[in-house]
Amino acid sequence: MISLAHYLIVGAALFCLSVAGIFINRKNVIVLLMCIELMLLAVNLNFIAFSHFNQDVAGQVFVFFILTVAAAESAIGLAILVALFRNRSSINVEDIGTMRG
Amino acid sequence: MFQQILFYVFSALVVASGAVVITIRNPVYAALSLVVAFFASAGLWMMLEAEFLAIALVLVYVGAVMVLFLFVVMMLDINIAVLREGFARYVPVAVVFAVLMMVSITLVVGPKHFGLDQVAAPAAAAADYNNTRALGRALFSNYVIPFEAAAVVLLVAIIAAIALTLRGTRQTKAPKPELQVQVQRNDRLRIIKMDAEKPE
Repeated sequence: MISLAHYLIVGAALFCLSVAGIFINRKNVIVLLMCIELMLLAVNLNFIAFSHFNQDVAGQVFVFFILTVAAAESAIGLAILVALFRNRSSINVEDIGTMRG
Repeated sequence: MFQQILFYVFSALVVASGAVVITIRNPVYAALSLVVAFFASAGLWMMLEAEFLAIALVLVYVGAVMVLFLFVVMMLDINIAVLREGFARYVPVAVVFAVLMMVSITLVVGPKHFGLDQVAAPAAAAADYNNTRALGRALFSNYVIPFEAAAVVLLVAIIAAIALTLRGTRQTKAPKPELQVQVQRNDRLRIIKMDAEKPE
């Protein structure tokens, strides 16, 4: 049988992969956004696994809200990206240092 | 046995496509393999009896969010070579960091603490159990205020996305009456004196 630990380890592997992705793709904003989506997916997998093994539907309600917020976040992130590309013709993170102070 | 095979296939697919997302050169392929990751984890969620959320993940993420990603990736004319600079330099740091994190998380959530002996597998749901109905009951009774707040979050996201991407002035060819009434005769008409020409 598949235990809760199996699901949690898959979630942990996905989370670590996306953290590594943020490290190695630190110039490309689009891939950074995709890595954040992967992280949220890993967290959602943990929530649903706990919800199933504890027989409590509240975990699924949380996943529902996380999905909502993640969709809003990626829509706004991509809109900022498009506005940035129009002004700078680049999405390199190192070109975005105007507000460094 | 069949469930175990299914679990290992889906989780291998999730991890492999996640690895492709972070390492592949072309962002379009990264977005496509993210779609594969979403499909595979929808399968995992289905195995965990969260049918509504599995379908919602496919519909909302694959159908809307990833299409938006692909649209933006293809619309922007990106120079990939510049963005890949320093890729190899950060790989060792990333690998060390990820392995350390993986080991420490596994020590906490591994089979020692969350195995079948500690958390028994629940019995399969009854045939007339309806996941959508259970989720709906929770959502519209105990969690109705967060639900409304989520609606407001989506509204804010819509308005923000439109406000960010709307161009300042519209490029229309409509006449401007305030400029038309201010036109002087000299702007439009010039009278010159010249001799009459002889036809050839």
